[in-house]
Amino acid sequence: MATTIGHVEEVTLGGAEVHADTRSFVRKYIFSTDHKIIGIQFLIMSLIFLLLGGVLAMVIRWQLGFPKQPMPMGGVLPETMAPGGVVLPEFYNSLVTMHGTFMVFFAIMPLLVGVFGNYLIPLKIGAPDMAFPRINMASFWIAVPAGFLMLAGFFVEGGHAAAGWTSYAPLSERADLSGVSMGQILWCISLIVLGLSSILGSFNYITTIINMRAPGMWWFRLPLSIWSLFVTAILVLLAMPILSGAIIMLLFDQTIGTHFFGPAQGGQPLLWQHLFWFFGHPEVYILILPAMGMASDIIANGARKPIFGYTSMVLAILGIGVLGWGVWGHHMFMSGMNPTLGTQFMISTMLIAVPSAIKVFNWLGTMWMGNIRFHVPMLHAMAFVSMFTIGGLSGIFMAATPVDIYIHYTYFIVAHLHYVLFGGSLFAIFAAVTFWYPKMFGRMMSPFWGRVHFFLTFIFYNLVFFPMHNLGLHGHMRRIYDPTQYDFLKPVQPINELISISAFLLFATQLIFAVNFIVSWFKGAKAPENPWEDNGLEWTVPSPPPHGNFVTVPQVYRAPYEYSSPFVTEDFLPQNRELPEAAPSAAPHS
Amino acid sequence: MRQVLIGGMLLTVAACGGGEKAGSDTATAAGAAPAAGAAPTAMAGGSVTGHVKFDGTPPANPTIDMSEEAACKGKYTGPALDPVVMVSNGMLGNVVLYVKTGLPAGQTYPVPSEPVVIDQRGCLYHPRALAIMAGQKLEIKNSDPVLHNIKALPKKNRPFNISQPTEGMTTTRTFTTPEDDVPVECNVHGWMHSNIVVLPHPFFAVSGEDGSFTIKGLPAGTYEIEAHHAKLGTKTMSVTVPADGAATADFTFAATGT
Amino acid sequence: MSWLLPHGASTFVGEIDWLYYLILWITGIAFVLVQVLLVWFMIRYRARPGRKATYYHGNTRFEIIWTTVTAVVVVIIGVLSAGRWNRIKGRDKVPANATPLVVHAKQFEWLVTYPGADGALGSADDFQVRSQLHLVVGQPVSVLLTSEDAIHSFFIPAFRIKQDAVPGMNIRVWFQPTEVGEYELGCAELCGLGHYRMRATVTVHSREDFDRWARDRAARAAN
Repeated sequence: MATTIGHVEEVTLGGAEVHADTRSFVRKYIFSTDHKIIGIQFLIMSLIFLLLGGVLAMVIRWQLGFPKQPMPMGGVLPETMAPGGVVLPEFYNSLVTMHGTFMVFFAIMPLLVGVFGNYLIPLKIGAPDMAFPRINMASFWIAVPAGFLMLAGFFVEGGHAAAGWTSYAPLSERADLSGVSMGQILWCISLIVLGLSSILGSFNYITTIINMRAPGMWWFRLPLSIWSLFVTAILVLLAMPILSGAIIMLLFDQTIGTHFFGPAQGGQPLLWQHLFWFFGHPEVYILILPAMGMASDIIANGARKPIFGYTSMVLAILGIGVLGWGVWGHHMFMSGMNPTLGTQFMISTMLIAVPSAIKVFNWLGTMWMGNIRFHVPMLHAMAFVSMFTIGGLSGIFMAATPVDIYIHYTYFIVAHLHYVLFGGSLFAIFAAVTFWYPKMFGRMMSPFWGRVHFFLTFIFYNLVFFPMHNLGLHGHMRRIYDPTQYDFLKPVQPINELISISAFLLFATQLIFAVNFIVSWFKGAKAPENPWEDNGLEWTVPSPPPHGNFVTVPQVYRAPYEYSSPFVTEDFLPQNRELPEAAPSAAPHS
Repeated sequence: MRQVLIGGMLLTVAACGGGEKAGSDTATAAGAAPAAGAAPTAMAGGSVTGHVKFDGTPPANPTIDMSEEAACKGKYTGPALDPVVMVSNGMLGNVVLYVKTGLPAGQTYPVPSEPVVIDQRGCLYHPRALAIMAGQKLEIKNSDPVLHNIKALPKKNRPFNISQPTEGMTTTRTFTTPEDDVPVECNVHGWMHSNIVVLPHPFFAVSGEDGSFTIKGLPAGTYEIEAHHAKLGTKTMSVTVPADGAATADFTFAATGT
Repeated sequence: MSWLLPHGASTFVGEIDWLYYLILWITGIAFVLVQVLLVWFMIRYRARPGRKATYYHGNTRFEIIWTTVTAVVVVIIGVLSAGRWNRIKGRDKVPANATPLVVHAKQFEWLVTYPGADGALGSADDFQVRSQLHLVVGQPVSVLLTSEDAIHSFFIPAFRIKQDAVPGMNIRVWFQPTEVGEYELGCAELCGLGHYRMRATVTVHSREDFDRWARDRAARAAN
């Protein structure tokens, strides 16, 4: 059969070569419509923001561990931020705000959705590219100015937004309360622009997955990474406009005199919270679902075994996607909304623990009776399961409304969110980057330095975030510039110091990953087509794949995780490998 | 290409709205006295001296419970008082005096090079009232071992809000436009208040604890001198200053219902 | 670094701390189970030459069992939470004999209005104190929380009580201290640059000590 793929000429049966690529350098690598290049562009941008977000965290940890002490190299900061290297409280507030903002919107979300959504979807479903390649290109190039706008806020008078990444009104909309005006406006505009980028990406992903699966790639033969990206894309499409709407209202309150959230003129501060969290809770599932999906792919690969309970895993992804819309009020138990609403949200929140638990059990079930290879991606993926479990379990405490009275807005929450976002999402990202790096760049990352990075990260990470549970149980509030103002917190200040020192070491360790990433790009061992002996369709094309991906459209014969199949001698069986007529494609379910 | 244009437009919008680089601490227009054109006149030799008295029993100053700031509370032997009405031996301090009318129109004066200092000490502003010329440096000092956050709320000038976490640190600000009364408060110590009068000329003084004041550098002429107290009100007096000589003006305030 | 809650001194401690420890036990068991299985599987099923993984797609029966167990456990926790939540935050649960107070939160202090000797707010003997909460041991208080400017949050860790103060809203929070002593109140919602030091002292007195303090304050206010 013949297919036209953009400007790639028709290819014919019989495996004719994909024609010579006549694109210019700019069209190939800068303004490219190739999903793979766009994925790598998002990768570079997101890794830079991940680094910046980490730098901000270091300043936060300096101030928390050593309050009011001049920071090493703090002299480079202007007097409005840290005179004499001593962090000011207003700068501290914008640090916590921007750390969250950078990490959520410019690091984790684009890493999971922008990078791996783009890179994996066409390859793993057997398509030559996305349904709308030019819109895909627009999606990245709209994210870039959003990034610049967000960075610009540090350079304006009044400093950057300082009302938390959650930007509660009325603090966020009144410059006389926060001291910030232009910075908050830039924050708003940047996120509106970024939202556009995300929305453009989301319907591209949805359309591609629905319409462009290769023959035989039935819905229930899709790898879980694709299922999770599909549901995530739907969440993005539905949730981002809500955020944009809320931010536009906030922007109007700040600039043109509306009063959506200002009580003096009849507005409602709680309206902001409802709108923000109605977006915000699906957002956190956006931040974890692709991680779960990719972890599934990698764990099946590492264990050399089919995913345990594939159908339940799909149902769990769908369940999380649906139930995630009904729990937003659990961020607002103390907000002053009617306590009866609190009970309702508590129930829905308790229920959403169930699909996540199913997934954890099924990952364990996948490893059970496996033949586990401890390659670097597998190490990170197992850490993901371990850390996500902690994050999920800590969530139960705050779902129980009476306990939340005590732990809301304390470091217990900070511990929880970092266990799911770093312990969960970021470890999965490390796993995924290492796993798909050979396909992206045609080189292997150094396994030795990958292991060093993994072990040091795992140790320091837990030293940083596990004690935060205890801080929170002691009553240590969030977002406070100087805990020693409170007598009851003075005894736990040594824990803050321990956390800070571990954080500095954790940050330093990431330089190992950065160097490994950069050096391997030029000097890494050349990657074969399928270094991990994986079943996915992306491993049946060269590393990196050519523009247009597949010389001939693949034909899919089986489910995605047919490892250790009795029908072949190797312990893996790619989805598109044709077997002689007599052999069935998969064993019936037990 | 379209994407590049859109991106460029957005960046331009951001840059236009961006404002100054962080770290600029003085407002624009250095040393702007209101009238443009003529070069500043040199300071002359005349002066107005005098005392501000208080008649009758001064109202009790409010006590301040500084329990929440032990480091400041410890600087006082008894309860701290907010020196709103600072009277000793019948003399009234913290009154701001300045030339209201009488200066030749269109004349500009050199901005004094020494700054006016406002010191945060014992969790109170010293002085509690002050005058400054538009364009003159206001030096804000923190003499306490705690964080102070000085917030000025002018209507004609740009407001500012500065944290000072370290003992001994100073920060400088300037007002560009004359303004009758700029209230100043500390964001973290709600009892700290001060008032600043921003003038278009350098002919002002604040009465000391003994009620005395001197306004220097005046050319010969007849002036209306205004004495302003944040709580007790304003009084004016006409004074004729000889060339290179001193004129006297004494003011008397009394308790009011304010 | 303890998983024990610090000492509490209000009637809510019993409700909240008990539920916390229950959840700690349940999640602790789940945590140990998952981590032990993970490590055991890593060791037991590590790749060795000549081995192959078992070709196994899952077990529906197991899945139904552990899904049901999980669901039942979380529902139980939910039911146990609901009653306690209602008793603490229920709008109709404020004791009738509670001493009324107004706490007006503003950047960056807590202005507490006491009812004075007549025990009623809004009368001439009311007096206001900045950032000091004075209570009588064993006597419930009903605080009307208001805010001047941003959202603040009224948090007394020792009493296990927290409630946001929202500008434009009058929100009630009640509690009953059980032990004489000195405690602290902190703001638990970012409210600006002074958020970190928006602190109040909380003193629980015996009835006699409180009366003496209140008389003294009222006298000072009258001067």
